[in-house]
Amino acid sequence: MLLKITFTQQRRVRLAQGLWLMSWLAVMSGAFIFCLGVYLKTELLRRAEVMDNTEIHVVPNILMMVGLVSIGTNWVATRVCQDSLDASRFPRWKLLLMAWFAVAVLLCCLLLAVVVLSYALQGRLEESLKVGLRNGIRFYKDTDVPGRCFQKETIDRLQMEFRCCGNNNFKDWFEVQWVSNRYLDFTSKDVKDRIRSNVDGRYLLDGVPFSCCNPASPRPCLQYHLTDNSAHYSYDYQAEELNLYSRGCRQALTDYYMEMMNSTGPGVLSVILIQMSVLVSLRYLQTAVEGATALEDPEGESVGYLLEKGVKETFEDVKANVLNILKFAQVDPSAAEGSPGAEDAEKPADNTTEKAASPTPSPAS
Amino acid sequence: MAVLRVKFTKTKRDKLAQVLWILNWISVVTGAILFSLGLFLKRDIQYVPNMLIAVGLIACAINFLGGKICYDCVDTTKFLRWKLIMLPYIICTFFFTFCVLVGALMCYCMHWELEESLNLGLTEAMRFYKDTDTPGRCFLKRTVDMLQMQFQCCGNNGYKDWFQIQWISNRYLDMSQKEVVGRIRSNVNGKYLLDGVPFSCCNINSPRPCVQQQITNNSAHFNYEHQTEELNLWMKGCRQALLEYYTHIMQSIGLTVLITWLFELSVLTGVRYLQTSLENVLRQGDPNSESDGWLLENSFMETARMNLNIIKSLGKGNQIDTATNGDPNINVPSTSKAHYGPDNVPPKQITEDS
Repeated sequence: MLLKITFTQQRRVRLAQGLWLMSWLAVMSGAFIFCLGVYLKTELLRRAEVMDNTEIHVVPNILMMVGLVSIGTNWVATRVCQDSLDASRFPRWKLLLMAWFAVAVLLCCLLLAVVVLSYALQGRLEESLKVGLRNGIRFYKDTDVPGRCFQKETIDRLQMEFRCCGNNNFKDWFEVQWVSNRYLDFTSKDVKDRIRSNVDGRYLLDGVPFSCCNPASPRPCLQYHLTDNSAHYSYDYQAEELNLYSRGCRQALTDYYMEMMNSTGPGVLSVILIQMSVLVSLRYLQTAVEGATALEDPEGESVGYLLEKGVKETFEDVKANVLNILKFAQVDPSAAEGSPGAEDAEKPADNTTEKAASPTPSPAS
Repeated sequence: MAVLRVKFTKTKRDKLAQVLWILNWISVVTGAILFSLGLFLKRDIQYVPNMLIAVGLIACAINFLGGKICYDCVDTTKFLRWKLIMLPYIICTFFFTFCVLVGALMCYCMHWELEESLNLGLTEAMRFYKDTDTPGRCFLKRTVDMLQMQFQCCGNNGYKDWFQIQWISNRYLDMSQKEVVGRIRSNVNGKYLLDGVPFSCCNINSPRPCVQQQITNNSAHFNYEHQTEELNLWMKGCRQALLEYYTHIMQSIGLTVLITWLFELSVLTGVRYLQTSLENVLRQGDPNSESDGWLLENSFMETARMNLNIIKSLGKGNQIDTATNGDPNINVPSTSKAHYGPDNVPPKQITEDS
């Protein structure tokens, strides 16, 4: 027996009561996990326009699913607790409890996986943002193309809200034509020169949109001729830090989402702890109550344990059971001759286990 | 002649107690919502959030007590515990709901106070926009920029307000350039005025990159018509935008508080009916019988008169009795009808000559 504890009737009652309270706490924490998942999902969906793929959505999806299943599972645990001290109603939960333990372990594993994933997917998130932002900047000028007309507003709003400029920094805007041809005067010499000097015939300039402007700058914002020191009075391009936002939007968004996911880490870990303690306590309650019902005096002491045999033996048993189930599921061509033989082979095996089990009560009696 | 008398059977009383218990718990939740609303608004507005926080907390406390009382009212023995507290509780709650109503009405009346203060504040802020090197005013540029971006507005009444003030500091003006000197000389006060606006006035919904400088000069920009251009800059003035924003908040708060008030009033009415019907049951002696519940035992006028008399007599207890000139040793025959035992014979008066 693994980690056995003796339980008197009073201790069993206390355990049932405490477990009932803890199960309701676990229901609340399941609801908390669900709400956390919903919150993360809405935040990710809000910026879906600058993300290229939705791989990162697996984190909030798992959280929502785990939250819902956890609410149901722990509610079942509360019902089991309520019935545990009633000897007539407890036996009907026997089969369900096995499944319950499996589901609870699965939930804990999924929650751990979520914590690991939220760190592991950071690279994928950055890639997705890189591509999304690059497209956004490229289609900034296409406010007349259906399907892309919102890009200007999205990028402007993003840059102002997250206080960032461009993909890596503001120089990304120098490499893209962000002023549409509709607003360029092709008769002007300056425009013609610029377009001719570019290989692809694009109108590139060393300027940025107004949404890159930093309101904390002491000077009214300089947007155009940024690299030309002589174009503005008392201006040094290399030394100027406050004029525009210096952070890139990819970095800003990645930091924002990573911070959000990291701050949920402690919450998820404590929910895992609560779920594990409910699992362990319910196992003790189940074994203690079953032990008590098997005694002549149901109100007497009984032994509660985690596993009946050691870890290795339990594992072998479980493996044998699973293989048996698989064997019965398969179509056996030699079933007609083989099954009586299999039954005969099983009978001596049962006899040996009975013989092994029978000596143990005699020393006690 | 009771006010709004209603007959209550035992089942009706029990049902009323249960319904009131649930409603009281809902009120506790509403009180908690008001409290958190007050906390949330605390960073934006000055005085109103404190009122909301106070209202929320008091509502929680009162309704928690009310829930407990109603839960116990199903059982007449437990009701005896609360009997003496119930009437003061109802009176307190009535005053509280009255204050809540006053608060809600105040929310609707605030807005013309706001307009004046907003007007003054914005003009000053715009005037000191360029003074980012003056201590005490260096943050105004940032404040005005953030305000214009957040509330999607430009200037006090419109973007033309920026044409009338110098919003570019002299530190960034090249005084050796002819154009700059020309502009300054052409202005009476020597200010550098231009037909341009700060970047925070730019409208993000514009299909075109923002035109900030030389706004009134059509020939300075390609395919640009100053009069018809509406999407380039924010058209609304900041005073108007701020006023609308705060009025909207106030009205929402006022509506929430008003609904809370109606709810509290209905719960209070239920508790009053429960109290009077249970007291009548105790008076009749049989816990399972029917009883009457009412709002007031007598009509309004009589109740008011009775209460005034009580207050007057309380006041009289402290006063000196003028009939004896303040000397407590003089025997003044009492004016009220004294009850002298079963045959009503007054005792022999001891006179001084006997």
